[in-house]
Amino acid sequence: MKVVLEHLTKIFPSRSKKEKNAEVVAVNDFNLEIPDGKLIGLLGPSGCGKSTTLFMISGLQEPTGGKIYFGDDDVTKLAPENRGIGLVFQNYALYPHMTVQQNILFPLQNLKGKERLSKEEMLKRVSEVAKLVQIDEYMNRKPSELSGGQQQRVAIARALVKMPRVLLLDEPLSNLDARLRLQTREEIRRIQRDTQITTIFVTHDQEEAMSISDYIVVMKLGVVMQAGKPQWVYDDPANLFVAKFLGTPPINVFKGKVQGGKLYIGEEDVFDVPGVEDQDVYVGIRPEGFLLSAEGRLSCTLSGVDVMGRDVSVVSTNGASFNPVVRSIISADELKNISGDTVRFNLKEHKVFLFNRETESRVYFGGQSAAHAEKLAEMEAEGTFHASHEGALPREADDKPKTETAASRKRGLFGRKKSR
Amino acid sequence: MSRKEKTVKKKSKNQWKAWLYLTPMLILLLVFTVWPIFNTVRISFLCRWNPDLGAIVGYNYSDAMNGAKYQFGINNFINVFTTGDSFLTALGNTMLLTVLTVPISTMLALLIAVALNSIKFLKKFFQTVFFLPYVTNAIAIGMVFAAMFGMVWPNLARPPVSVGIINTIIEAFGGKYINWVDSGSSYWANIAVLVIYIVWNALPFKILVLLGGLQNVDKQYYDAAKVDGASRWRTFWRVTVPLLSPMIAYVVITGFIGGFKEYTSIVGIFGDSMGPYGAPGKLNTMVGFIYDSIDNNQGKASAAALILFAIIFVVTMINMYVSKKKVHY
Repeated sequence: MKVVLEHLTKIFPSRSKKEKNAEVVAVNDFNLEIPDGKLIGLLGPSGCGKSTTLFMISGLQEPTGGKIYFGDDDVTKLAPENRGIGLVFQNYALYPHMTVQQNILFPLQNLKGKERLSKEEMLKRVSEVAKLVQIDEYMNRKPSELSGGQQQRVAIARALVKMPRVLLLDEPLSNLDARLRLQTREEIRRIQRDTQITTIFVTHDQEEAMSISDYIVVMKLGVVMQAGKPQWVYDDPANLFVAKFLGTPPINVFKGKVQGGKLYIGEEDVFDVPGVEDQDVYVGIRPEGFLLSAEGRLSCTLSGVDVMGRDVSVVSTNGASFNPVVRSIISADELKNISGDTVRFNLKEHKVFLFNRETESRVYFGGQSAAHAEKLAEMEAEGTFHASHEGALPREADDKPKTETAASRKRGLFGRKKSR
Repeated sequence: MSRKEKTVKKKSKNQWKAWLYLTPMLILLLVFTVWPIFNTVRISFLCRWNPDLGAIVGYNYSDAMNGAKYQFGINNFINVFTTGDSFLTALGNTMLLTVLTVPISTMLALLIAVALNSIKFLKKFFQTVFFLPYVTNAIAIGMVFAAMFGMVWPNLARPPVSVGIINTIIEAFGGKYINWVDSGSSYWANIAVLVIYIVWNALPFKILVLLGGLQNVDKQYYDAAKVDGASRWRTFWRVTVPLLSPMIAYVVITGFIGGFKEYTSIVGIFGDSMGPYGAPGKLNTMVGFIYDSIDNNQGKASAAALILFAIIFVVTMINMYVSKKKVHY
């Protein structure tokens, strides 16, 4: 079932009577067309409105404005039970006094009229769903006697048993430990593939979203920043926010400027960017975008090397960096090429993104804009779901363009440089 | 010294400190709770042959002071059941009141708590209204109830005049007045008034406990029930009640215990004659029975107290057994 969100807005009224203007815009003019039968990850930092969006789709929260369509049906005003959704809560909300079987059975027992199944059919349906989520051995246990992962699967079974048109999962993995998380996300992927139900899940963990979603939707302050295939969003971020939000280790951001067709990071000109207007920019460089080279044009002060097996992460500092340290991932074989205090890098141009310092939106250079256009055309032709935010980014009051780099932070309390 | 020994030593040292701090409270408990309980058991088994009366009599404090010697025996327990039928009357009244009031007050309290939990407007006001009986003197409330249900007989030649507000209301709706609590009133009218009074008086505590329980129920269960399509009625029975079951069990068990100790309500409405005018003792309860003999036959009173304890103990055990099966976690 295709899910369409049109101008969806949610404003929470001010809680105290004194501050009349303290209302919170959780979701702001949200437009999205979620394709049928896919697994979609709503991704964003806490407070970005992703859970609110999910709850509005579920019907538990009423939108302040806008419309929600399932296929062609307008469900904006429908009560949750009439929408044909299954919802898995963050902490599962399994009824503690019911056994696994009773929990899964509960939604079926609530059906009325011609939808109501006979007792045998109900039990058959329950055992089918339980088999699907592989929980059928534990039918007579209480939720408290199950592990977190098993509880999670019961919650999914309960959501699936009514054969929903849309399955919604709120932070499905956040209550699980690291190992179980990996296992369970594969499980969710498998269940979604088996059932082909349009599934929307909310997470703040970009790795989780990237690894299992068909499409991800990155949100900030209730607005879609970018949506599409995870790899595309990662490779071609529309703005600084998206670039910073995706990837581990996170992208390295430098203070830079474009002058006379050359890109400067600090005082060093790192490469030519012909055709780009002179402006102050943020330079985002993915950790894998560095090439160790004796003649490298970007120099950093080495502070350490983290060995991660196949690759190593070189930790260094650079005065123009906004991150406290610059992390670059290089092959372990190249480790021997590092000597002395200074490391020099050349940059892979397709791993370097420029963003306007004011608007934080992407500044394409060189081959990037052609590649971008080509990719967009390809996605249009395939009918692949994608979207990106245009215009100025929504900002919080204290979220001003950053000018403070790691170097300027190092200055002492009274503005003097700390002497060694 | 190994580490284990050290911790053991440290522990025992701390234990002495703990005992020291507990001592004042323990002494009070020993003097005013443990000793009286022990003494009650002791006294209940003491009796002697009284040659003046030609009968076996139970323990009496002033006789004991005057040098009377008592022997061990179960005569007091026999005495409780054989002196007239007043003990059986008291037992019957107590049972009846308990069996009637506990379910009614629990149900009402549950409904009121759920209602209070779901309103926003005037919530604080209603909370205060429902908690008022809790902070009001039971005897005072009893007297007010007696006035509300009461009538006045100016002289026996004329028919009675109803002045109580309840009869006034009944008459305003065209009904005939009922003699609720006055001379010549029927047993069931008395019981009805008592049930109303006891239920009303028991509500605040129960509402308090259940409302506290309700506020602790995770709102997500209700969201889940909504998504699962449960009607409000089903949500109440399948979600709210089971999740509240520990609280409900608590309220029922304490309700039974309180019910078997019912006394002040009857005193409040009928005075310490424990019955309407002309029929003293008609509405006596177990505690009332104990009080009746406490002045001159402490042996019998103690025996009755032990019987009351045994009944409460058995009923509580049954309650616990049932709630273990029904309370879910």
